[in-house]
Amino acid sequence: MLALRLAYRNVVGKGLRTWLNVAVLSLAYVLIIWHQGMFIGMLRYGSRAMIDYEVGGGQYWHRSYDPLDILSHDDAHGRIPAELSELISQGKATPILIRQAAIYPEGRLHSVLLKGIDHSQTVLKIPSHHLKNDKEALPVLIGKRMAKSLAMGIDDYITIRWRDAKGTFDALEARIVAIMDTPATGVDKGQLWVPLEALQKMVQLENEATLIVVGRNVLSIKDLPEWKFKEPDFLMRDIIEMVRGKRVGAAILYAVLLFLAMLAIFDTQVLAIFNRRKEIGTLMALGMSRGSVILLFTLEGAMNGILAIAVGAIYGIPLLVFTAQRGISLPEVTEEFGFAIPPKLFPFYSVGLIVGTVFIVSLTVTIVSFLPTRRILKMKPTDALRGKMS
Amino acid sequence: MKKIVIFVLLISAGSLHAEELTGKAILERVDSNMVARNRRVTSTMIIEGRRGTRTLQAQSWVQGVEKAFTEYLSPPREKGTKMLKLQDQLWIYSPSTDRTIKIAGHMLRRSLMGSDVSYEDYMEDPKLSNIYDAKLVGEERVQERNCYVLDLTAIKEDVAYHRRKIWIDKERYLPLQENRFAKRGKLLKTFVINEVFKIEDRWYPKKMTFKDVMLKGSGTKFIIDSVEFDVEIPKYVFSKASLRR
Repeated sequence: MLALRLAYRNVVGKGLRTWLNVAVLSLAYVLIIWHQGMFIGMLRYGSRAMIDYEVGGGQYWHRSYDPLDILSHDDAHGRIPAELSELISQGKATPILIRQAAIYPEGRLHSVLLKGIDHSQTVLKIPSHHLKNDKEALPVLIGKRMAKSLAMGIDDYITIRWRDAKGTFDALEARIVAIMDTPATGVDKGQLWVPLEALQKMVQLENEATLIVVGRNVLSIKDLPEWKFKEPDFLMRDIIEMVRGKRVGAAILYAVLLFLAMLAIFDTQVLAIFNRRKEIGTLMALGMSRGSVILLFTLEGAMNGILAIAVGAIYGIPLLVFTAQRGISLPEVTEEFGFAIPPKLFPFYSVGLIVGTVFIVSLTVTIVSFLPTRRILKMKPTDALRGKMS
Repeated sequence: MKKIVIFVLLISAGSLHAEELTGKAILERVDSNMVARNRRVTSTMIIEGRRGTRTLQAQSWVQGVEKAFTEYLSPPREKGTKMLKLQDQLWIYSPSTDRTIKIAGHMLRRSLMGSDVSYEDYMEDPKLSNIYDAKLVGEERVQERNCYVLDLTAIKEDVAYHRRKIWIDKERYLPLQENRFAKRGKLLKTFVINEVFKIEDRWYPKKMTFKDVMLKGSGTKFIIDSVEFDVEIPKYVFSKASLRR
């Protein structure tokens, strides 16, 4: 307790030097928490968007389906298994049929994926109700990014050309009935959503699907002979890996920031030991053990970290709370990133993040504060009293 | 006796004419005119796209309807690219990567060298009578020539174009114009022979235009620079080893 009191008095007594160290350290605390909170917020938003619009509670893939091999899409289809038909009829799963097709906006060829979805499904947030009966033309639902790239809007007609299951060309005029504003790019770019039943008839694959999305509340899930179940974590692994990669990349910035702060603390400690040789000698002459003196000086250094927590809290908490509640507006260009990025990003600061950051920074400060104090071990009280370094 | 002979001649001429007028018979005549035992062709392909015009020259060796070997001669970028068709299989050799790729499945639906023609169009059985039922639906004048108009409907399920309409020169048995339709009747591609020439005893296309009607642009032009029929083609030409030669 005495050591703590002494340490506090000495640290505060150093004046501006201490407060400069504390300011830099507090900036490290706040910046790390804020930046990591942004990534966590991004991951949470992206995951939620993917679950709502694309992944659901997981997907059954036809054994030939490989989303990365576009050439395999036309071969990846099979009869909807009886085990899943019941879930589908209960509204707990929805089948999706995927076929390759071509469209010709303004005489240019665009390869697209035709995706058939039941208009009455509620498993995904895709506004498929727009695809309900359109007697004039095949109703098509597209995402806002797709609409932007095609320069097309609601009620525009689009020529779609595809091949049926036997390979024969077919084509028709379709009408864009709705444009969905979805954060999930995975259901938007290069895709046309059409009624499942119509697509099944168009390609002569009645009662067949490429994948079946199950709802989040479905518990009993098992692999089927022709259909393999993919967990949400597997389906979202790209975004998880990407955010993880970005967090690791950001760690370099934190390391630089921490290095600067630690350099200042190390320097301060070395200077303090040099300037306070007589004091060290006096303390040892009065009976204080070397270990206690080392503890005192280490505590003084670590006190910088504790003060930085307090200072960081003064300006950091309002700042972090403000950004968490109001969000941070992102430029439109981030929509091109290839995954769901919200127009306003709401950082998320978990207890784990805050405690973890405080612990790591404090531990680093303590270690850095301790390192210069090892010289005290070699000091003789008589030399120290005379102001000599032995 | 003389009257009987004349009568028999008239009857047989009439029956011959009636036979000619069936769509199937006309289509078979076209097939026999267009398909040779083997041939060597030097051709030029002019692809007009949005970014400009590309001209490719190629030499092909064709045996019947099942074997074909094509080597691109120019431009320098495509020079040395070779294609080998053996029945329903196609391989492409690219000299820049020194690799041979088998074009299969859905890759066959891709554009051939960026033209309006797909690999599948290239692979198609040129004997239309093998895959279509032909109906003679009338006669029209096309390119100042009298033509039969045939309506073709696929008799097989795995045919790319379910329906075709062909205008066939009544005298030369050449398809001067062809429209290819989707199953629901939408016109997808057109093929027009702009110029013909006579070689040996048969008429053959000289200049043709192939167009994907849904694309902007004036299509892909083919010019037959030279053609030789019934030439001897060494066996090794139609082997995969010849792709790397």
